[in-house]
Amino acid sequence: MPSTQLDFSERDLERFREVQQLAYRCAEETAAWLEPGVTERQAAAELRRRLIAGGVEDFFHVPFAWFGDRTAFRGFRVPFQFFPSNRVLREGMPFVLDCAPIIDGYTADIGYGGRVGENRIWDRLCADLREYRELILRLVREGHALDEIYKQVDALIARHGFDNRHQVYPGRVIGHQVTRQHAIGPKGVTLFGFGIRTLQTLGRELISERLHGRSPLWADKHASAHAPTPGLWAVEPHIGFRDVGIKYEELLVVTGDPANPAYWLDDDLPHVRRWQAMEAA
Amino acid sequence: MSRGDPGRVEADRIVESAGVRLAVYEHGDPGNETVLLVHGYPDTHSVWDGVAALLAESFHVVTYDVRGAGQSSAPRAVRDYRLDLLAADLFAVADAVSPDEPVHVVAHDWGSIQSWEAVTDPGAERRIASFTSISGPCLDHVGHQVRQRLSRPTPGNLRKLAGQLLHSWYILIFQLPLLAPAVWRLWLARRWARVLEKVEGVPPTAGHPAPTLRSDAVRGIALYRANMLGRVGRGARERATGLPVQLIQPSGDHYVTEALTEGVERWAPRLWRRTVQAGHWVPLTHPAAIARMATEFIRHIGGEPASRTLRRSQVGVRRARFADHLVVVTGAGSGIGRETALSFAEAGAEVVASDIDEGAARRTAELVGVLGSRGYGYGLDVTDESAVRDFAAEVTARHGVPDIVVNNAGIGHGGPFLETTTKDWHRVLDVNLWGVIHGCRAFGERMVERGEGGYIVNVASMAAYLPTRDLPAYATSKAAVYMLSDCLRGELDGHAIGVSTICPGVVSTNITRTATFAGAGEAEQGRKRDRATGLYARRNFTPRRVATEIVRAVERGKPVVPVTPEAKVTYLLSRVSPATLRAAAKLEVA
Repeated sequence: MPSTQLDFSERDLERFREVQQLAYRCAEETAAWLEPGVTERQAAAELRRRLIAGGVEDFFHVPFAWFGDRTAFRGFRVPFQFFPSNRVLREGMPFVLDCAPIIDGYTADIGYGGRVGENRIWDRLCADLREYRELILRLVREGHALDEIYKQVDALIARHGFDNRHQVYPGRVIGHQVTRQHAIGPKGVTLFGFGIRTLQTLGRELISERLHGRSPLWADKHASAHAPTPGLWAVEPHIGFRDVGIKYEELLVVTGDPANPAYWLDDDLPHVRRWQAMEAA
Repeated sequence: MSRGDPGRVEADRIVESAGVRLAVYEHGDPGNETVLLVHGYPDTHSVWDGVAALLAESFHVVTYDVRGAGQSSAPRAVRDYRLDLLAADLFAVADAVSPDEPVHVVAHDWGSIQSWEAVTDPGAERRIASFTSISGPCLDHVGHQVRQRLSRPTPGNLRKLAGQLLHSWYILIFQLPLLAPAVWRLWLARRWARVLEKVEGVPPTAGHPAPTLRSDAVRGIALYRANMLGRVGRGARERATGLPVQLIQPSGDHYVTEALTEGVERWAPRLWRRTVQAGHWVPLTHPAAIARMATEFIRHIGGEPASRTLRRSQVGVRRARFADHLVVVTGAGSGIGRETALSFAEAGAEVVASDIDEGAARRTAELVGVLGSRGYGYGLDVTDESAVRDFAAEVTARHGVPDIVVNNAGIGHGGPFLETTTKDWHRVLDVNLWGVIHGCRAFGERMVERGEGGYIVNVASMAAYLPTRDLPAYATSKAAVYMLSDCLRGELDGHAIGVSTICPGVVSTNITRTATFAGAGEAEQGRKRDRATGLYARRNFTPRRVATEIVRAVERGKPVVPVTPEAKVTYLLSRVSPATLRAAAKLEVA
């Protein structure tokens, strides 16, 4: 039942933070392990192996890996194209690793972008991605409706001269709500890339939110014409330029408390550290 | 430098060469690098007066009357006009005027033919540093080419042979006894100035035609008789050079065609090939262009970076399609303009991006850099004529004359005619029409002046030929751009400047977000804007696809390009059944 207050205790948030940290750590390790010649399937399998070794029990969705122009979803027509392919990593290619591990019902959903060797376009995208994180948080804190924020993100993308790649995700979403999963059924079984327990939770959320005229999915449609409901939102701006795409994905805490309406669950994340390093340099 | 009677100029020095006395003329500081200018037939050194004056600002410029012409002595025998002797003359002059340093040779017509003889002489690099050849091929190269074409008589080869033969009729006449000298003596020498002016567009100048024309022309026939036939048969020799050679081909040369120098890189591998929009007597008609090209080349051989057009003309270098091209785009801060800038950058071009929003233009320039090319951003209001002139001057001074200009800046405006105010009309016409006029004029002038061609792209609209009651002001402005482009194409064709009119159709860009609507209040404006933006977004034809079409239009020289399917269909309808479109204009769409 959605409420006007945050349902999670500090302890819950700490658990979410831990899972998110684990997910990013595994992504960073996998990124370091990547080298030219590796395929997307091998990369996704490596990411999964590391997550399971880290104690992950189930997945909100299966781990993804995209290389080259697939990071910008070029030529994507059907959802099956999201699944890891036999695309081989080459020198200079960008890549994106995306995973959503679950431990004890606590879910993280992260996206990690990188490149092998030199890639000037990627460097520019990476530097500019920072503005999106700041813009989204500011607009959420100011209480704007989700569809309005989506449009402002689009306007920033247009100003930058990039293009919106999150619109390729099912439902054009830039984000979605994340709850603690309480579902039945075997863990680790997936259907169309999503865990079956996830599908139960997602279905339940979709129905209950829709009854309140809201959506757990964050897009530019009418269903998103409301301010974000208190809870956790996995936010994933994904931008592209030519054949290079980059994204980050992390949890945003919407509190329902006017004193501190929203904040990013964790600032100690690879993309944030990258920007800090750039600024220091 | 005045030398008294302009008709008869005293030589600055006399150089002896194989029993012949050559009259030599010098300009500029002898301490500078020496440029040796060699004239053709039936001219004298005075054909270079304009070029020499310009080059003398930075070089030691030397001209001379070749044997048989002007003030130089004239041996009687035909065999005394053999190329090896003419080459020896050139070396003798070079030795006299620049004993320590090799000279840069710039030569025209027969001067170029004899300079080829000198340049391909073994050991020429000790006396010659570079060679700029205008309208005068190496006869041995031509001989090899003719033999090769005859040995493989494909239709293409035969056509090229026949084509050059048509341009070389006079050479055959010159081989006949009596006729040519008689024509010169009895009639042509007196009429030459008139003939040049009528046929070649060369106005007479103080020194040209020279007072010695009659005797120069008659004696000079020996050049043809002594050298031509022997080379075009089995007599063609292997003449190669490692020296840098710049070939300047006048596009409208009635005597020496481009086909004659085809394959020269086999003999002169360090080759630059340039075209100038002019006729055969380009040193007289376009001295500034020749002086500029010669200077650029000599400076580059001396180690300075090459100009953009010089880089582009180097033969045998692999380059991206628009590498070493400068493209100027207006309204480049968003939409079609930005994407056009980026598409040209991807094809290798340097890009000047301008926009009324300077920050947006700079951002485009930055993205050009990200794509690996060079971009420069400028703020520009295209409605301000003096601002556009200043902009063109600044761009030319800082980056060079652009090769391609895309007049893209435009605004949208909708609503019925009766509710469109005079102010609305001015705003729409100022940007959409006057902006294009200013851009075409400021840059077109410079392209013509440079003489190396260019390209202008005007972004019109499907509305240019699709009448609708919803867009009277906008459609009128775009129809004007369409017609302007058609007229301009006719005018600039002779200068090798192409003009394309782009008619995009419904494309998802910023134009709908900034459009205004006649007779609508503030809130209504916003609603209409959102509606138009939504409609255009759902149509989902990206500006990048338009940009691709623009690049292609320039590549292929397409005059009119309707881009989206709806633009194509209505373009066809406007030709096949304009009445249908007139009827449809009554429908209210927006």
